[in-house]
Amino acid sequence: MQLDQLYQEIILDHYKHPKGRGLREPYAADVHHVNPTCGDEITLRVALDGETISDVSYDGQGCSISQASASVLHELVTGRKIADALAVHAAFVELMGGKGQIVPDEEVLEDAVAFAGVAKYPARVKCALLSWMALKDAVAQAVALEKEEV
Amino acid sequence: MTTLTIPAGMPQYDDKPRFDVERVRADFPILDREVNGHRLAYLDSGNTSQKPRQVIEAVADYYARHNANVARSVHTLGTESTELYEGARAKVAAFIGANSPDEIVFTKNATEALNLVAHGFGSHADDPRFRLGPGDEIVISEMEHHSNIVPWQLLCQRTGATLRWFGITESGRLDESNLEELVNERTKIVSIVHMSNVLGTVNATARITQRVREVGALLMLDCSQSVPHLPMDVVDYDVDFIAFTGHKMLAPTGIGVLWGRQELLNAMPPFLGGGSMIETVKLTGSTYLPAPARFEAGTPPIAQAVGLGAAVDYLTEIGMDAVAWHDKELTAYALDALATVPDLRIYGPEVPVGRGATISFTLKGIHPHDVGQVLDSLGVQVRVGHHCARPICDRFSVPALTRASFYLYTTTDEVDALVRGLEQVRKVFA
Repeated sequence: MQLDQLYQEIILDHYKHPKGRGLREPYAADVHHVNPTCGDEITLRVALDGETISDVSYDGQGCSISQASASVLHELVTGRKIADALAVHAAFVELMGGKGQIVPDEEVLEDAVAFAGVAKYPARVKCALLSWMALKDAVAQAVALEKEEV
Repeated sequence: MTTLTIPAGMPQYDDKPRFDVERVRADFPILDREVNGHRLAYLDSGNTSQKPRQVIEAVADYYARHNANVARSVHTLGTESTELYEGARAKVAAFIGANSPDEIVFTKNATEALNLVAHGFGSHADDPRFRLGPGDEIVISEMEHHSNIVPWQLLCQRTGATLRWFGITESGRLDESNLEELVNERTKIVSIVHMSNVLGTVNATARITQRVREVGALLMLDCSQSVPHLPMDVVDYDVDFIAFTGHKMLAPTGIGVLWGRQELLNAMPPFLGGGSMIETVKLTGSTYLPAPARFEAGTPPIAQAVGLGAAVDYLTEIGMDAVAWHDKELTAYALDALATVPDLRIYGPEVPVGRGATISFTLKGIHPHDVGQVLDSLGVQVRVGHHCARPICDRFSVPALTRASFYLYTTTDEVDALVRGLEQVRKVFA
């Protein structure tokens, strides 16, 4: 296995210079997800403006893969319609579950295509997915809360 | 390394028992393989040990020539199988200095052994030593593996008893400063780790034993990391129970050991109910066999026990004094070598005294998962994460650690491979 397939420059760059890191207000939902086998954790908040995700803010600790993944997620999802964000989520989850056999669509996944190599390392897939699972949870909670209020 | 000259008449280093590591390595087929194009450097023996040919062959030979169920057959194969299984029990008893093979209970692992003892306690136990309720206390420590924490938490939930613990000092030793207050007349059992699976610390137990005896409590040691690496004599240690597991001492997975004083084992209620553990069964009620059968319901892990017997033979042949000394020299070498790596911090004793061959560390600014991944690409196998001992990570305010752990087949070349690998890690994440 080639290590540079895993640690692509894009991933290392997001790890060393994370985008959108830090918890911000206002927010519609706030979730805390942990990876019990390795202790990685993330707190993630989403803010909604109607049908649009106006902000994803996060804080956490973990390996380069999990932290870079959260940074990429922030860039990809902020400002998108909820439905579009969930489609990106689905594409990323599919890529991670593909055992390295799926060719990612750069139009949809942008910087997240760098994670294609991670899918070849079963032990690291869960690191890459941590923030994305938190996103799905937070969006679901935010949407449910809005419906209650209506 | 500093060289000391030991005056004549004192014990000399040359007097220490030693063995030929290369000859030992030749017994372990797996050590020949490559990983990611590099020679394997297996530095994860604290997680599970590799197996010598002698153990692999003993298991294969059992299945090929003697396989039958134990303790219930009159036929020849059943008799041979029972003799092998009980023979393994006798070997394990001798290995740890037990008074009788009847004090050896085979379990599936150390976790089950610890749970078995925890389940011996209850609100309605016949024997007052095992009766537990509100106001009673159980003492563990901050350096326990989760398997010596959670069973006691569950027991406290069942009975209303209180869980208390020893702290850890900054240098990674057990903090015994509040021993008198912590272990007191309310204490029913103290269950602590003998050698930490993270810090490598080997706990000196004499003061604790003395205090436990003063207050009339029981003492259990989790010896999962120590029995594979150090000579153990349960009578010398004056403990009541110890737990350990086969797979960390060259044996297969699926076989663990609870040793307990015979009188105590027979005062405990059964754990799992079923065949092989009963005296008579009527639909109105059953009576139970004495230990160890009382605690071995159902068909036991026979081949695994046979493998453990072979592992004990292998270790006995080399000598546990020699294994312990090999560990000590290698640990001294590794501590010195790791000290040369910039930004590396060791968690646990930094001197090769009162510690075993397990070294946990962090590289500043680099997550252990990333450390482990780069090392793996170089064939170096280490453990990363919280090592099933989360409270230790909390104690030292680190989310995770990288751990290298050695055994009798580990060489200084492999330690060098680790140190070179760490240089590579630092380059990737510079």
